Amino acid sequence: MNRIYMDNAATTAVSRQVLDKMLPYFTDVYGNASSIHGTGRDARKALEEARRQVASVLNCKPQEIYFTSGGSESDNWAIKGTAFANRRKGGHIITSAIEHHAVLHTCQWLEKQGFTVTYLPVDEYGQVDPRDVEAAITDKTILISVMAANNEIGTIQPIREIARIARAHQVYFHTDAVQAMGAIPMDVQEIGCDMLSLSAHKFHGPKGVGALYIRQGVRIDNFMHGGAQERGKRATTENIPGIVGLAEALKLATQDLEEKSARIAALRDQLIDGLTAIPYTRLNGHRTNRLPNNCNISIRFVEGEALLLRLDLAGIAASSGSACTSGSLDPSHVLLAIGLPHEIAHGSLRFSLSDATTQEEVDTVLRTLPGIVETLRSMSPLYADFMEAQK
Amino acid sequence: MYSDKVLDHFSNPRNVGEIPDADGVGTVGNAKCGDIMRMYLKVDDSGIITDVKFKTFGCGAAIATSSMATEMVKGKTLKEALKLTNAAVAEALDGLPPVKMHCSLLAEEAVKAAVEDYMKKHPEAVID
Ligand SMILES: Cc1ncc(COP(=O)(O)O)c(C=O)c1O
Ligand code: FES
Repeated sequence: MNRIYMDNAATTAVSRQVLDKMLPYFTDVYGNASSIHGTGRDARKALEEARRQVASVLNCKPQEIYFTSGGSESDNWAIKGTAFANRRKGGHIITSAIEHHAVLHTCQWLEKQGFTVTYLPVDEYGQVDPRDVEAAITDKTILISVMAANNEIGTIQPIREIARIARAHQVYFHTDAVQAMGAIPMDVQEIGCDMLSLSAHKFHGPKGVGALYIRQGVRIDNFMHGGAQERGKRATTENIPGIVGLAEALKLATQDLEEKSARIAALRDQLIDGLTAIPYTRLNGHRTNRLPNNCNISIRFVEGEALLLRLDLAGIAASSGSACTSGSLDPSHVLLAIGLPHEIAHGSLRFSLSDATTQEEVDTVLRTLPGIVETLRSMSPLYADFMEAQK
Repeated sequence: MYSDKVLDHFSNPRNVGEIPDADGVGTVGNAKCGDIMRMYLKVDDSGIITDVKFKTFGCGAAIATSSMATEMVKGKTLKEALKLTNAAVAEALDGLPPVKMHCSLLAEEAVKAAVEDYMKKHPEAVID
């Protein structure tokens, strides 16, 4: 069976070009970047070249880039690191209700450590209102963390305005750009953020490697204690193959970004239009102010896991914010935050595209899903009751 | 994560549908995740379940356990149907992931609710 992968927001395939670039760093240039000898120096050279590459994409200085083990670590570090380093100024943090768990659970943990956190609501499209950010700032506020784009519904946040507000109030601003990176332009000078998280596996790089941009001068605690790696801020022998892969993947992802995004967005729009043409469905997130690769819909009277399983049997990989898929049996906090009732959050499906997505694949999904929905609705007591009431 | 049997009952559910002139109908909801299961029974004079159908709004495990439960009670007496446990349904499906055990409970409860509905409509019936 020809498999169709439309779960690129979960993770992406490592591209061949990225892999080829990484491989020599496992077997040939395997030195420890802290070693004095030639093999070590070669590894160091690759490390610093990767740092320069990432810095040039983000438009910052190389010494403002710190490599980490992924998006979650970058988020943890940015938030905990600034929280504890600036505790004396105050213990208040502002974030949004629809952040990734890497941010939300970190904030909840900080609450247990005595910090206070404001979780800003979002509108029906998942947008944070910058005026709410400003209104939430107090003289105790030390950090604002709002994601660049949401991983479930793809909504792009007004991070430039939020950054301006943060700066005007002398509060640090961190943005989780894990989903936005490689999908939309991310220039830290133009955005005006103090910290930015990214993760390689979301843009065809390897898993387990990410980066945190920390503007020079930001007061932040060291994250991992040990050796002097990453300017003494994050110990552990550097994952050179991973870091080289991250830099290469980022370079490729941001090349011809506009052209690629436009092509992917056109396919996304076909999916959105085609799937919302199924009766009793809705688009989640903003129609235009969304990531070019994200299509998230709710299909009433059916449940998301059942949809996913049927899609999988048809060779199509997607994801859902349904309670039944969550492990915790609660529907996605993002779908609840945009105001969806439980039963509509239940039937949510996310298709996330990549540069490798083809027209044929989109056509196949558009051909396949309506039949699946019809089958599941024919089994649904909710649908039967609804149709009965319509009579 | 699901056994082949679960996937089989999920993709080819047995006894899906409604019985318009059912003798007993039970609808139960899952407080945990918000899913709904409805069972329809046709019962003959000797208290034997001659037909059973279901409709379910829920996950793969919910659909598969509904399907399996209908197979397990069809042709059985009401008394036997009341003895159906979620563990038995799960076992007949070669097991369920731990987070999905509550879905099988829904199937047990739906059968019970349908039998109770039948008893309410047929107070003369005795289950012994
Ligand atoms: C918005 C966002 N933040 C953080 C993460 C975590 O990234 P990682 O898997 O690299 O830890 C993800 C990935 O799921 C994400 O989508
Ligand atoms: S019915 Fe929701 S998890 Fe099974």
